[in-house]
Order: sequence, then C-alpha cells, then structure tokens
Amino acid sequence: CYPWAGSRLSRDSVALRRTPWSRPPPADAGGTRWVLEEIDNRKINNSFLRDHNYATEADIISTVEFNSTGELLATGDKGGRVVVFQREQESKNQPHRRGEYNVYSTFQSHEPEFDYLKSLEIEEKINKIRWLPQQNAAYFLLSTNDKTVKLWKISERDKRPEGYNLKDEDGRIRDPSTITSLRVPVLRPMDLMVEATPRRVFSNGHTYHINSISVNSDYETYMSTDDLRINLWHLEITNRSFNIVDIKPANMEELTEVITAAEFHPHQCNTFVYSSSKGSIRLCDMRAAALCDNHSKFFEEPEDPSNRSFFSEIISSISDVKFSHSGRYLMTRDYLTVKVWDLNMESKPLETYQVHDYLRSKLCSLYENDCIFDKFECVWNGSDSVIMTGSYNNFFRMFDRNTKRDVTLEASRENSKPRAILKPRKVCVGGKRRKDEISVDSLDFSKKILHTTWHPSENIIAVAATNNLYIFQDKVN
Amino acid sequence: FPEMAGAEGEDSLYPIAVLIDELRNEDVQLRLNSIKKLSTIALALGVERTRTELIPFLTDTIYDEDEVLLALAEQLGNFTMLVGGPEYVHCLLPPLESLATVEETVVRDKAVESLRKISQEHSPVDLEVHFEPLVKRLASGDWFTSRTSACGLFSVCYPRVSNTVKAEIRQHFRTLCSDETPMVRRAAASKLGEFAKVLELDYVKSDIIPLFTALASDEQDSVRLLAVEACVSIATLLPQEDLETLVMSTLRQAAEDKSWRVRYMVADKFSELQKAVGPEITKNDLVPAFQNLLKDCEAEVRAAAANKVKEFCENLPEDSRETLIMSHVLPCVKELVSDTNQHVKSALASVIMGLSTILGKDNTVEHLLPLFLVQLKDECPEVRLNIISNLDCVNEVIGIRQLSQSLLPAIVELAEDAKWRVRLAIIEYMPLLAGQLGVEFFDEKLNSLCMAWLVDHVYAIREAATCNLMKLVEKFGAEWAQNTIVPKVLGMSNDPNYLHRMTTLFCIKALSEACGQEITTKHMLPVVLKMSNDQVANVRFNVAKCLQKIGPVIDSNALQAEVKPVLEKLATDQDMDVKYFAQEAISVLALA
Repeated sequence: CYPWAGSRLSRDSVALRRTPWSRPPPADAGGTRWVLEEIDNRKINNSFLRDHNYATEADIISTVEFNSTGELLATGDKGGRVVVFQREQESKNQPHRRGEYNVYSTFQSHEPEFDYLKSLEIEEKINKIRWLPQQNAAYFLLSTNDKTVKLWKISERDKRPEGYNLKDEDGRIRDPSTITSLRVPVLRPMDLMVEATPRRVFSNGHTYHINSISVNSDYETYMSTDDLRINLWHLEITNRSFNIVDIKPANMEELTEVITAAEFHPHQCNTFVYSSSKGSIRLCDMRAAALCDNHSKFFEEPEDPSNRSFFSEIISSISDVKFSHSGRYLMTRDYLTVKVWDLNMESKPLETYQVHDYLRSKLCSLYENDCIFDKFECVWNGSDSVIMTGSYNNFFRMFDRNTKRDVTLEASRENSKPRAILKPRKVCVGGKRRKDEISVDSLDFSKKILHTTWHPSENIIAVAATNNLYIFQDKVN
Repeated sequence: FPEMAGAEGEDSLYPIAVLIDELRNEDVQLRLNSIKKLSTIALALGVERTRTELIPFLTDTIYDEDEVLLALAEQLGNFTMLVGGPEYVHCLLPPLESLATVEETVVRDKAVESLRKISQEHSPVDLEVHFEPLVKRLASGDWFTSRTSACGLFSVCYPRVSNTVKAEIRQHFRTLCSDETPMVRRAAASKLGEFAKVLELDYVKSDIIPLFTALASDEQDSVRLLAVEACVSIATLLPQEDLETLVMSTLRQAAEDKSWRVRYMVADKFSELQKAVGPEITKNDLVPAFQNLLKDCEAEVRAAAANKVKEFCENLPEDSRETLIMSHVLPCVKELVSDTNQHVKSALASVIMGLSTILGKDNTVEHLLPLFLVQLKDECPEVRLNIISNLDCVNEVIGIRQLSQSLLPAIVELAEDAKWRVRLAIIEYMPLLAGQLGVEFFDEKLNSLCMAWLVDHVYAIREAATCNLMKLVEKFGAEWAQNTIVPKVLGMSNDPNYLHRMTTLFCIKALSEACGQEITTKHMLPVVLKMSNDQVANVRFNVAKCLQKIGPVIDSNALQAEVKPVLEKLATDQDMDVKYFAQEAISVLALA
C-alpha cells in the first residue's frame, strides 16, 4: 500500500534539484518549427506524487493519454495508479500559467492479484488508458492491467448535505425526546471535491496479457486485445464479451505470431486493425462476419533480403499501431522505424522514418540486455502532419510529414529549466564527434521514452520518462 | 405538516427522523432503504414541505450510487399525490430531469419512464407550460445523455399539445435523428416507431418516412439495425398501397445490408415484418429475402432466420402456402440440416418439427422425416435435444407407430447418451411414448431403459426416472406395476450402494398411491420397515420420510401395529436428522 496524504497536491512545495541553464540556446534552434518549451514550472515527478522523493519501480509511468478535448491528461504507472491532470484555465492575471496541467484526481486503479487456479501473479501495472467520449459533466476512462479492464468515473462535487434530525452538526446524538419537528437536509456549497469511482469491472475475458484497449466510435462498445485474441465488450455489460479475433493455434507449439496492438477506426465503427509480431497489420470489417478471423486488408512490407539477419524478425515486430485522426492513414512503430501507411495501399508503407538507425550495429548487445524487446509507442499530432515516437537516452523524435524535417529532443531534468527552449540533440554516428553531439556508445539505454501523447488540437505533448512526466508546448509567440 | 406530527406524538416522529437521516447514511443499503420509503417520509412531511424541502433536496442528490438513483427515479413516478395532486405534479420535473442526464442507462430509462407516467397527470396547460419546455431542454442539452432521454418523451406530449407546439416537437425529433453522436441517433431510431404511432398519417408520410430512410442508411450499422425495428411499426401504420413506395425499398436494402448485424435484425424481426407488410408483398418480396437469409454467409444470420422458419411458414397466405414452402423454403431447410455451424442446426431443430403440422402427413413422411432422422443423429447434443423436445408435433401428424419405427433406434441411443441433460430430456418423453406405443411394445423395447435410469450416477436422472415410473404406472395400472416394476424396485433395497437403496425408498414414495393399498401394504411396507435398520443415517431418515408419505395409503391396522413401533424407534435414533423426520412423521400420521 502506498501512503496518500490527501489527494490535493500543493504545487509550491515541489522542490526539485535543478541545474541552471548555463549555455545559450543554439542559434539555429529558433528557426525550426520544433521550438518547444516546457510549459510547467516543474516537471511532474511521479515519485513526488506518491509522497516520496525517490523513484521506486512502482512509480514508473506505463501509459499516458490526453482526453478528446485535451483538457485532461491521464497517466498510469506500474503501481496500478492513475493520475489525472487538468489544464489550468487561461486567466488574465497570470498569462504565463496558460496550459499548465495540475493534478485533478489520483486513484488506485488496479491492485496486485494472484490467480490461484493458474498460480500466476497478476501485476497491477496499468498497460493502457483510454478516455471515453464525454457524455455528461463527469469524465470516464478505461484502464487496464494484464487481465482486467475497469471503467472509472471522475466527477466533481461541490455541495454537501447539512442537517440531521438525530444528531447535532458536530455529531452529538440528540435526545430523541427533544425531537419535536422533522428536518430535511439542505445542500450547502463546499470546497470542490473530485471523486474517482469504479463503475464497471470487465474481468475474466483474457487468458493472455492485454496489450491494447480501444473505444469504438459507436460510443457503446470497446475492444480489448491480448497476445492471441481480441474481445469486443459492451460498455454497460461486464459479464459477457464477444471474441472477434482468435489466432491461437490448436497446438501452441505451432505458434509463430502474436498480436501486439489493436485499434478501432476513429469514425467507421465497423473497422479495426491489429498488428503482429511479424510486422504485418490486418484490417478487419466487423460487418462482414461475426468472427473477424479473416481480414479484409493485409499490410506488409516485403523484406529486403540484403538486410536479413538474426534480428530481422524481432526488429520488425510492431509495437504500436495508430489510425490518423482523419482515418485515412495508419502509423506503425517497429524497433528501428516508424511507418505511415495509406489504407488504400497494402503493399508498402507510404512513408518510412528512421527513429534511431544508428542502433542497427548494436542489435547484438541490445538483444543481450533485452532492450530489443522494448515496446515504443507512436502518436500523431492533431492535424496528422507530424508524428512523434520515443527512443533511448530520454530522447524522443518528431517527424514532419510535409517538410520531411525531423528532430531529436531530450526530456531530461538536467537540461531544462522552466519555459526553457528545448535544444535539438544529435547522435554522432561517424568517428568524429562534434562538440554538441553525443556518441552512440554513451547513450543511456535504461532511460527510454516509451509512452508519449499529443494534445488533440494544440501543439502540447506529454512525454513519460521513467518516473517523470514532461509536458512541452509549442513556443507561444 | 407539523400539526400532524404533533398530533401523533413523538412515537411516530422518531422513525421518520431516522428515515430522513438515513437518506444520507454512509451505508448504501440504508440509503436505499430510506429512498424506498420516500412516500412515508413525504406523507409525514405533508405536501407543502415535500414540495419546498424534500424535492429540492432530492434534485441535488444525483451523486449517489446507481441503485439508489434507480429507486429514486421509480419512486418519483408515483409521487403525484404526495406533492399535492395533479395541480402540483410539475414540481417533480426538476429531480427527474437531472436523473434523466446521468450516465447510467438503467437510471435514465427509469427516469424517462417516470416522466412519461407523470406526463399523463399534467393538465394540457401544464403540459405546455412545464413539461414540454423540459423536453426541449433535454433535446437541446449539451450532453448526449440528456438528448437520448428526450427521445423517449416526444410521443407522450405530442397528442396533448397545440398544433404550434406539435410542429416544434416534430422539428426537435428531426434534429435528434441527425444528431452527431450515434448514441442519440440510436435512441431516436428506437423511438421512431413509437413516435410515428402518435403522428397524423400525413406527417408520418411527410416527416417520419424521410427520417426512417435516413436512419436506415446511417453510416453506423448500430443505427441502421434499429431502423429495422421501426420499419415494423411504420409499415403497420401505412395503407397497403403506400408500402411499396415508402417502405419496401428501404426494407429490401436492409435485408441485403453489408453489415451482418443489420441482416440479423431483419431475420430476427421477420415474422413481425411479414405481418406488417401483408400477404402480397410477403409472396413477392419476403419469400426470396427469407431464402437469402437462410443462405446468408454469416452463421448468426442463418441461425436467426432458421429460428423463424416455422413462424414464417405458418403466416404465409393459405392459398399458396404449401407450394411456397415446398418449392422455396424446404430446399433451404434441407441445406441447413447439415450446416457447418451448430447454432444454426440447433436453431433449426427447435422449430423444424413444427413444419409437419403445416405440411401434413404425406409431405412429412416423405420430406421431413429424413431430416428429423439426420438431426436426431447430429453430433451436437443440443440439436438432438431440440428434436426430441418437439416430437409431439410430429406425433400428431404421422402417428406413433410410424414415428417409433423410424425414430426409436435413435431414441434408444440417446437414452444412453453421455450427456445427462440429453438423457433427462428422453426420460421426460417416456410417458408420452409409452402411452401411445402400448404395454407390449413398451415392455419389449423400453422397460429395461427405464429401470437402468434408476441406477444412473446422476441424481437428476434417478429422480426423473422415479417420477417416470409413477407416470407409467398411472398409464398401465397397478397389476402391470406389480408384475414388472415393483420386484425390480424392491430388489434394489439390498444393493450395497446406499444411493440405490435410497432410490428404492424414493420409488416407493412415488408409486404407493398409484399402486394402491394392497400392493403398498403387502409388498412395499415390509421392505421399508426392514430398511429402518440400515447402517446409513440417510437411508434411515428417508425411511421416516417414506413412511410419512405412504402412511395414508396403508391400512390402519398395519399403521398402528407395524409402522408406529418403527417410527418410535427411529425417534430415539442417535442421528439428529433421523430423529427429526421420525418425529415429524409421527405427528403427521397422528401416531403419538
């Protein structure tokens, strides 16, 4: 159990060790479109939110997601906790605080469990969070660990009832004989309280580990995906789900492929895609049949025989798949690249971007330290013109699809101060290292950016770097 | 209403005070309990305080748990008298309005149900002044929850308001039908039929039909499938000559929709659609559509259509029924018998027997019987079970002799099926078969089966077998029982397995009445009495229960001389249960 001293965080008490910005920003940085600045006067330290100032395994952020308006941002961590941030309303007296995200609600979504039948521990780690379209004044999100999806309601309360018949306001019991008239309680305003309540628990739907959840555009169903199966749930029904994809072979020894991610089309309620460990993506149409074992489209890039190696299959495994907001494109992330596919072209990707090609020569050691199995996610910006994905050494990459420019940025505590402009980073590939470059050998592979999210309409991004959450935004003016 | 409280004194005030305080207790169960007694609270407060204090408090209580809100929504539907009658009923609108916007569908639906109920208690003036504005507010609410709730309220206002307001209501409904969120469009589509019913026929044609057409071609199949349901009500409202132009093209399109869920809905509503469009359109349009659904590429659709085979055939116009079935439906049915999907076969098996009454003896023997046989041997027990459960319809048509010759071997096989539910279904049909096959045939073919079930390892089967014996004795008489059944049953009393010994007791209990005093006293009673010395307590207390049951059948001398001492002995047994049942038997039989 983790200590929670109230759900409210006093921002002023955050005392983070900072290195003053000692070097001037490089001259050319201002000219690119990639000027980002930290919009908060602190980075949001997940460990601090947990009331301790050191990082534990449980504080590592495992997912991060904006809601459909961008007003809220949710993170989940390995400790099974969800933290929701709300964007500060713009105010005239404090214009510089525009866009700051402050803690809105924190709650324990999942607890560690034990499956006694299979003798398996079930981790509390939050694998994914997905927001539901807003339906009333409250907010709803789905959170999942390996086995169980939960629907949470986050709502505000600003009134409380007052007045009892049988006791005084301070709780003293009144003598029953003094009760001569009835009192109906009255609601009085009180300090705003944010409550998170579990509304539904969708359990027992998965034998394997859930890697994705995705809400359908019909507003009433969602799907959950594990290594071998995809289930379709009705948001109001917890005791029944429909299996729509099952790739489990009759004999598990013949298993050659697993499902790595799946997502619904943003507008067409009948369409979804799922990606596999073999680097392919299948698009299915739920109108065609109740069971979607037969895909309607199959996206795969033919392998380049000259690049074939022991690691080919591992690095081609897709770790994330995302529809563009327009629904026209798909983006997939594999170990070294991020690819954009046109739904109308199955034979090869429209665009391929190298995320960290300099690692190609290091695959052997990355295999030995298991890094090669890291699951990097990828995101679109609001207009589908820029894509972002993570790398090592707390680096994350952005690619502008129109100008074909790309940039490497770093989310790190040492290099930034409030509202400072992020400096593009460069990894040196050849023998000669320039002054501001970093060599491949000195990259820190324990610092990885796996989870990022982009505000649905503005240039605000949230980047999870182990136990820290960084929020950056386009430079204002 | 303080006078009332005062007049009745503190004694009556205290429980009400507790109820009011518990409205906000931390324990949900107590809050729920209080909400369920809301009328008691209101009665004690009187109409004025209920209106000015209780209702405003409840209006803001929408933070609560679903079950509390659900109970509240239901209570408010019956609150009219408690707030002062129809004159004041509108003060119930605010709490129900806020309940109609919560996220939980069951609560919203209940709030809408209560709103519909109290709308009838509004005077026409109040309806326009208070109720209709609420509907408008919900219909133009920011959140889709409120707009979905509005969809269910139009039809209750519409008949009772002025023409101007009617036009507004139609406009609001139109807007919701093209709402941006599928949730609202679904709610509108599901209320389309109901709303059409209260509209003037001209407006059905001018307003509802375009909405229906639009919803039926919505981009989301979850909306389109609801339009199919509306199609039934709309088609019922329209005169026959308008159906072709206004409804049929949409219906045809739905039956061939790209999405299997829409086609499924068409199949599921087929009988209703058939009745709504009438015989001519059925012959020309629905028969081919039905054939297509029976041959659909999606098993779910075929299963839904297969379920409707009997009803569809029954409702075909009489003059051409047989021809249509023989030439159009039966070929598809024949294919479904060997469908690859067991749900389809099972759905078909549950209705296929019903065709025999429609088609008559000759067709049944020639065309249907072979299909039954195939299904009776199906690998899936559910299919076999469905056939067995419907044997009676065929029985009426072709007679038991023919039925038994062709079906008996299959039935005997099922009687020994590994699935106990299948065996159970067969047992339940034994009395029916026995009655019509006659004693000889039964003794020859089925008797041994019936006795074998008595020692089945599943209790439900043994129990059903016991009950079956009783029904057989009722049919074949006491003499037959004495010769064929009783010796075997009594023989089991020496079985080493106590479960089998208990079966003897259960059988005796069941058979005594049908066998009569002589057999019971002479043959059965001695065995029962002997078993009172059984080592197993379960057997002994069942002896007591058995004696209690058969006591009235036994002659009174034997009761006093033989039963009484045994029960008295059992009443002093070491085992508590044996004692208890022995004492109970003694008192029921008045032997004390």
